[in-house]
Amino acid sequence: MAGTAVLGGLRWLVATVTELRDETTTARTIVLDVPGWPGHQAGQHVDLRLTAEDGYSTERSYSIASASHGEHIELTVQVVPDGEVSPYLGRVLAVGYQIELRGPVGGWFVWPATSSPNPTVLYAGGSGIVPLMAMVRARALLGSAVPFRLVYSARRPEDVIYGDELAGYAATDPGFTVSYVYTREGPADSSRRPGRIDEPTVSHAEFGRDSDVFVCGPNPFVETVTRLLGKAKHDPRRIRTERFGSQGGTS
Amino acid sequence: MTTSLDGSALAGPLSEVFAVDITRGIGRCANCGDSNPIGRVDVYLDAPGSVGRCPSCEHVLIRLTRSPDRLWLDMQGLISLELPIP
Repeated sequence: MAGTAVLGGLRWLVATVTELRDETTTARTIVLDVPGWPGHQAGQHVDLRLTAEDGYSTERSYSIASASHGEHIELTVQVVPDGEVSPYLGRVLAVGYQIELRGPVGGWFVWPATSSPNPTVLYAGGSGIVPLMAMVRARALLGSAVPFRLVYSARRPEDVIYGDELAGYAATDPGFTVSYVYTREGPADSSRRPGRIDEPTVSHAEFGRDSDVFVCGPNPFVETVTRLLGKAKHDPRRIRTERFGSQGGTS
Repeated sequence: MTTSLDGSALAGPLSEVFAVDITRGIGRCANCGDSNPIGRVDVYLDAPGSVGRCPSCEHVLIRLTRSPDRLWLDMQGLISLELPIP
């Protein structure tokens, strides 16, 4: 029976939507109750399977936004207007709806919470903030003092997801900083001209060549940041990336 | 234009075959001999199926194709796969 047999370790689980939160005009957080959820590491994702009434089924990967906490997980979905799946998740899905998911998936792009004392820089491009937010939240939940710097690139201030929560961490936790790069339009009081992430931004955020770096965002963003890190002679083994493609987490 | 993703994109589909998460493993390329974490492999999903290429030399390491009731996995581009045991 297609879809029900499980050869490997992961099973499809049935999740129920318990809460929906609009983060921006185009991003929405979906809180799911997942009976049997085994817990996850910050940075992992889930595969969602959506099946239409006519039996047509499609799968998409979404990063988990929440730190591991019981059988609840949170996903934040950026609605892509011509996407096949995200308009449904962002506009149609309601509390009480059920969806199938498989996870947690991926053990590479994860913050090793307890084993890594390394200062860490996180680079987020657009909705690439989502798995990095799970790391920020996991660190806060643990009460970890490992220094974290988040560099978050967004088109405009109103496109920033989790802005208030990030400001809260930055205000109360001396080990955490967040800085923003606006590519289209910055706030009126900003001295920086809007534009892509550049060399001064990356060199300013560096803790040193051996610190851990996580980069998540669209392909051009990830490539730009890794190129700038290369110029800064950052140890490439310390850099982990997660790229969105045409069929990635933004569709 | 085809776009490449990271090895994490293979983690879900490969979880149907392997009992452990192979994106945490290290694969050695049959073409150039370089060892890289599977999480760092360049993954292309635009092909009929998924293709993982060596980040050092672009040689095809992994091909994964599926139909509704069958799955094909070709790993001839990998000499070896080193995995952490949980």
